[in-house]
Amino acid sequence: MTVLLVVAAGVLWACGSYLILGRQLSRIVIGIGLLGHGVNLLIVLAGGEGGTPAFVGGDPEQFTDPLPQAFALTAIVITFGVIAFLLALAYRSWLVTSDDEVEDDVEDRRIARAAEAVAEIGAES
Amino acid sequence: MTPLATLPILLPLLGAAVSIGFGSSRIVQRVISVVILGSTSTVSALLLSRVDRDGEVVVQVGGWSAPVGITLVADRLAAIMLLVATLMLLAVLLFAIGQPGAETHHTGFHPVYLILASGIALAFLTGDLFNLFVAFEVTLMASYVLITLGGRPDQVRTGMTYVVISLLASNLFLLALAFVYAATGTVNLADLSSRIAALPDGLRSGLAVLLIVVFGVKAAIFPLFFWLPDSYPTAPTPVTAVFAGLLTKVGVYAIIRSQTLLFPPDTQPGNLLLVVAGLTMVVGVFGAITQNDIKRILSFHIVSQIGYMIMGLGLFSVAGLAGAVFYIIHHIVVKTTLFLVAGLVEHRAGTGQLARLSGLARFEPTLALLFLIPALSLAGIPPFSGFVAKLALISAGISAGQYAIVAVSLVVSLLTLFSMIKIWSNAFWGSIDAGDAPLERSASRRSRALMTGPTVALVGLSVAIVIWAGPLYALSERTAQDLMDTRLYVDSVLGP
Repeated sequence: MTVLLVVAAGVLWACGSYLILGRQLSRIVIGIGLLGHGVNLLIVLAGGEGGTPAFVGGDPEQFTDPLPQAFALTAIVITFGVIAFLLALAYRSWLVTSDDEVEDDVEDRRIARAAEAVAEIGAES
Repeated sequence: MTPLATLPILLPLLGAAVSIGFGSSRIVQRVISVVILGSTSTVSALLLSRVDRDGEVVVQVGGWSAPVGITLVADRLAAIMLLVATLMLLAVLLFAIGQPGAETHHTGFHPVYLILASGIALAFLTGDLFNLFVAFEVTLMASYVLITLGGRPDQVRTGMTYVVISLLASNLFLLALAFVYAATGTVNLADLSSRIAALPDGLRSGLAVLLIVVFGVKAAIFPLFFWLPDSYPTAPTPVTAVFAGLLTKVGVYAIIRSQTLLFPPDTQPGNLLLVVAGLTMVVGVFGAITQNDIKRILSFHIVSQIGYMIMGLGLFSVAGLAGAVFYIIHHIVVKTTLFLVAGLVEHRAGTGQLARLSGLARFEPTLALLFLIPALSLAGIPPFSGFVAKLALISAGISAGQYAIVAVSLVVSLLTLFSMIKIWSNAFWGSIDAGDAPLERSASRRSRALMTGPTVALVGLSVAIVIWAGPLYALSERTAQDLMDTRLYVDSVLGP
C-alpha cells in the first residue's frame, strides 16, 4: 500500500512538473494543485504505518501519528488560498491582455536586443 | 516574561483585524498601523536588550512543552533581525502614507501590510520547521497582494512569475518537511539538531542541500535569483523597499538558522556555500551593470549583496558569522533607504530611466546627498557602514584562508561602486536641457515631508551604524558565538 502511494505521489509530481513548464497560467494553476496533492500524500506517508484513530479512545500505543495529518491539513488550506489568488490573477490577466500567458521579462529582452544591435553595428563597421 | 516574544507576532495581526473594520476611513487605518508598528518596534527593542542580558527567551505556546508543542525562541540573531525589520516597516509605512498612490487608493494596503509584519516576525521567532513554513506562507500571501496592488498589466505579468516561483518553493519546502519528518520524527529545530546528527551522511547532506534550495529561492541566491529583478521593480515604491530590505533577508535568516543549528560545519557538503556566494555576488553585480533603470539596478544589487551574507556563513567561523550578521543589519537599512530614494527620484522626475534623467543634483541637492551616502555605503567606501561590514567579512575570510572568495568580494565591491557611479553621473550630474526640465512640484508640503522624513531618518540610522560600529560588532560577535555553539539554543528549548 505504501509503495502504491509513493508511486502515486511520484506520478502527481511528474504531471504537475509537466504542467507548470507551460506558458498558460491556467495550466500552471492545475500543475501547482497536482504538486500540492503529491506533497500531501508524502507528508501523510511520513507518519509511518497507519493505526487506530487518534484521541478517540483505545490504546495510545496503537494510534496513527496525528502530526503529519495536521501538517497536511494546514498545507491543504494554504494551497487552497493561494490557488484562489492565482485564479483571480489569471482572470485579471485575461481582462487586461485577453490572455493568461506568463511572459518573459520585457525589460531584460529590450536590453538584450540593444546589446545585439550594438554588436551588429560593430561587425558592419 | 512571555508577552515579549509573542507580542511582535500578535500585535500586527490584531491591528490587521481592526484595520479591516475601519476600511472606509484611511485616517483611522493610518493611526492604527503607526501605533501598532511603533509599539512592535518598542517591544522588539526591549526583547533584544533582555535577550542580550539574560539569554534566550523561550515561549512554549499553549503550555505544551517542546518538542510536542509549538515553540517560539528569541535568541540574539532573531531579536536583532526583529528589531531592524520592525524599524524598517515603520519607516516605510510613513513613506507610504506620504506618497500619493498605493496606500491612498486601496483599502487593503494597511491590513495586508500589518499581516506582512506579523509573518516576518513569526519567521524570525519560530523554533519549529513547520511553523517556519506557515510564517513564510503568511508573509508570501501578503506579498502577493502587495506586489499586484493596482493590477496594472506589467504588475500582473511580473506578479504571475513571482507567485508561481514562490509557490513552487513552498511545495519544495513541504517536500523537505515530509522527508525531515520521515527521517527523524520531529520538526522542532532544537530536537532536530541532535536527531539529524544521528542520520547517515548521504541523507544528511541531501536534506541540507534541499533546505538550501528551498530557502535559496526566497533569499535569491545563484542560480535561483532570476525572479527577483523582474518582479520587485514594478511594485509601488514602499512595497519594493520593504521587499528589498526584508523578504530576501528572511530567506537568508532561514539559511543561517538551519545550516548552523541542524548541519554542523564538519558535515557540510564541501565549500558549496562559498562557491554559491561567489557566483551570487558576481552574477548579481554584472546584471546590475547592464541595466538602465534605477530600481532594476538596485534589484540586481540585492542579489549581489546576498552573496556577501552567504559568504560569512560559508566561512563557518565566529568572525565570519559576526561579519554576516553585521552585514545583514547594514544591508537592510541601506537597501531600504536606496529604494526609498529611487522612489523620491521617480516621484520628482517622473521616471527612473537613466537615459531620461539628468542634472538632479542641480535642483534637488538634498536628494543627491540622500542618495550619495547609502550608495557609497553599499559600495563599501570608508567611512560608511558598508566599509565596516565588508572589512569584517574580508578579515574573517583571510583568517580562514579562503583567499579566492576574498578576491571575488573585493572585485565585486569595485563593480558595485561602478554601477553606483553610473546612476550618479546619469541622474544627478549633467546639464538640464529644456527637454528634460523637472516636473512641477506636484505633491503637497505634508506629503513631501512624510516621504523625505523617513528617508532622512534611515540615512541617519546607517550613519549611526558606523558611529556605534564597536558595540554593534561586539553584539554581532556574541550572536555568532551563540550560533556556533548550538548547545545553548537546544538547552534553552528542551531544558538541559
